[in-house]
Amino acid sequence: MSGTATYRDAVRAGIRDALIRDPRCFLMGEDVGRYGGCYAVSKGLLDEFGPERIRDTPLSESGFVGAGIGAALGGMRPIVEVMTVNFSLLCLDQILNNAATIRHMSGGQFSIPVVIRMASGAGRQLAAQHSHSLEVWYAHIPGIRVLAPATLEDAQGMLWTAIVDPDPVVIFENVMLYNMTGSLPAEVRPVDIDKAAIRRAGTDLSIVTYGGSLWKCMAAAAALAEAGIDAEVIDLRTLRPLDDETIMASVRRTRRALLVDEGWRSGSLAAEIMARIVEQCFWSLDAPLARVCSEEVPIPYPKHLEDAALPQVSAIVEAARRIMGAR
Amino acid sequence: MSEFRMPSLGADMEAGTLVEWLKKPGDRVAPGDVVAVVETQKGAIEIEIFEGGIIERLIAKVGETLPVGSPLAIIAGSQPSSVPQAGQTAPEVEPERPAPPPVETVTETAATAQRGIRASPAARKLAADHHVDLEALTGSGPEGAIVYVDVENWLHAAARQPASPPGTSPPPPARRGREAMREAIGATMARAKREIPHYYLQHTFEFDRALDWLSRTNAALGPDRRLVPGTLLVKALALACREFADFNGYWRDGHFEASQSVNVGTAIAIPGGGLVAPAIMEADRLELPAVMERLRDLVNRVRAGRYRGSELTGATVTLSSLGERSVEGLWPIINPPQVAIVGAGTPVERPWIRDGRVVPAATLMLTLAADHRVSDGHRGARFLAAIAAKLQEPEKL
Repeated sequence: MSGTATYRDAVRAGIRDALIRDPRCFLMGEDVGRYGGCYAVSKGLLDEFGPERIRDTPLSESGFVGAGIGAALGGMRPIVEVMTVNFSLLCLDQILNNAATIRHMSGGQFSIPVVIRMASGAGRQLAAQHSHSLEVWYAHIPGIRVLAPATLEDAQGMLWTAIVDPDPVVIFENVMLYNMTGSLPAEVRPVDIDKAAIRRAGTDLSIVTYGGSLWKCMAAAAALAEAGIDAEVIDLRTLRPLDDETIMASVRRTRRALLVDEGWRSGSLAAEIMARIVEQCFWSLDAPLARVCSEEVPIPYPKHLEDAALPQVSAIVEAARRIMGAR
Repeated sequence: MSEFRMPSLGADMEAGTLVEWLKKPGDRVAPGDVVAVVETQKGAIEIEIFEGGIIERLIAKVGETLPVGSPLAIIAGSQPSSVPQAGQTAPEVEPERPAPPPVETVTETAATAQRGIRASPAARKLAADHHVDLEALTGSGPEGAIVYVDVENWLHAAARQPASPPGTSPPPPARRGREAMREAIGATMARAKREIPHYYLQHTFEFDRALDWLSRTNAALGPDRRLVPGTLLVKALALACREFADFNGYWRDGHFEASQSVNVGTAIAIPGGGLVAPAIMEADRLELPAVMERLRDLVNRVRAGRYRGSELTGATVTLSSLGERSVEGLWPIINPPQVAIVGAGTPVERPWIRDGRVVPAATLMLTLAADHRVSDGHRGARFLAAIAAKLQEPEKL
């Protein structure tokens, strides 16, 4: 696959590649087979790989995620799809109490090489039970790795790196990215899942973000450039463990940081990163840290209220201008 | 356990070269002990320690040039006493008193020392590293805060001026010695002229009584104990400072801090060029022979290039006397952060009108340069007159 493709195509290409490379890999989840996935990610895979490896499951997150963990424990390399992060709360027990702890509790005798993919984020008018960004809840848990691919290349390449990882990996796919188009290399190239990426180099302030907010930040940076403010945009890529080195090196250069996070403000990933910046870069700072997060409400259904609840380009631009001391 | 660090021996000092260790590991040191000799732009200076303990380890090597604040040695079992503020003498160590918290890093000290100013951490750090006074800067950041570029711009502007103190690195070895000393004096004086609103007063009066009293007194003393006129000037100035506290102390962080003790800096020329103004500590409490002894000791040590850090930074007011150089008067520049300096010309024989008749008389011209942020001319005039009055009664000094 090359030329114009979507983020959805990129995720599918990554799954196909994994299924072809490793016979221990299989995909399971609600509606991933006959329906082709609720976001059409797995469309066509049932025909290509058959029901043994593309498995529809009952509506029981705790049950099928637990089955995935058991399969991983038994030597398989399962890819488990959970429809949205809101539903993943039903299997949070499996992820936190089992997947994340078994290596520790077995004294290192057992690994859980499971990959759990889930959609997150708002913007599609799916209302308060399908629209949240709870990435930080998972990023809080030691024992798992948390990824948030924001580009086609990462959406395609991170999956294989995650499968090879001997420990549980949770991958968040922002729902607003599935239709994003771009070009995809003909061959799947695994990418690293350790480093944050500087998506736009700049000298005046560091905008640190991840997932769906990346592209809002890129648009904000372009608008800021017209006002003479040169923003650097960092895509975290991996939410746990955080790549402090890249973040701090950037903040030491620009001396200012703005965090953009679709999660709720209180206890957000933005809050954690701000704390780390203050711990590690205090003497490099030239302005108060700032963040743009979601309003602390259940994400509303009406379009205008949903827009108002989420970080938007204008709010990012305004926050950046404020910490630059510009009117 | 604590670190003994390279002290700052003046606002313009950035680094010093360790010339000699006078203590070795295992030696016990008490507050005030001279532990090392450091070469600065002002020559070789004996540096003292302000806490007691045992030298555990010497970090700095002889010959090394180290920035102000660099650790020189590790002191074990130390009881940190507060570092003496300029204007106070080193406090006695009182072990029964609870030890104050250990001195924090240089940067934190710099930051807290400038509290009340809106400045970013990055600006504070840069300013502290280069000894820039944030009060002199205007902020361009959010809500008028001083930010990194403001300090950077100030440093660039200062670097373009030939005698700027806040250079970015210690002067290279080739520029040490006389040239470096000249540069240091230039930097301090340029800062004084730039920042301090000086006002000047002059007062000429009969000096016969003082000179006569000196001749009579000296006749009874051996040559090595004879008093010079400067002794009287130091003592008279010191006593006057007790009554006029607004000429004795420091301008710091935007306000005047009067000093409890009177430490009179005395400008002493260095052979070959340059000068320093080491202090005679608590000169107001010393008898004249003791003042003379200190003065002689300081002159000898300055000529030998050996004086102490606390002597260089401890003065709370300065006397500049050109002695026998036979000029009638001088208009001195205040040595920051002090707020006053008194200049004394050489006594001059001239026709003088006394009781309606012209008579020959020895006269002395005293001048005062003082900081208008702290005092006014009227007050300065009374201060000068008080010094002159004390010199009319030398037997009471």
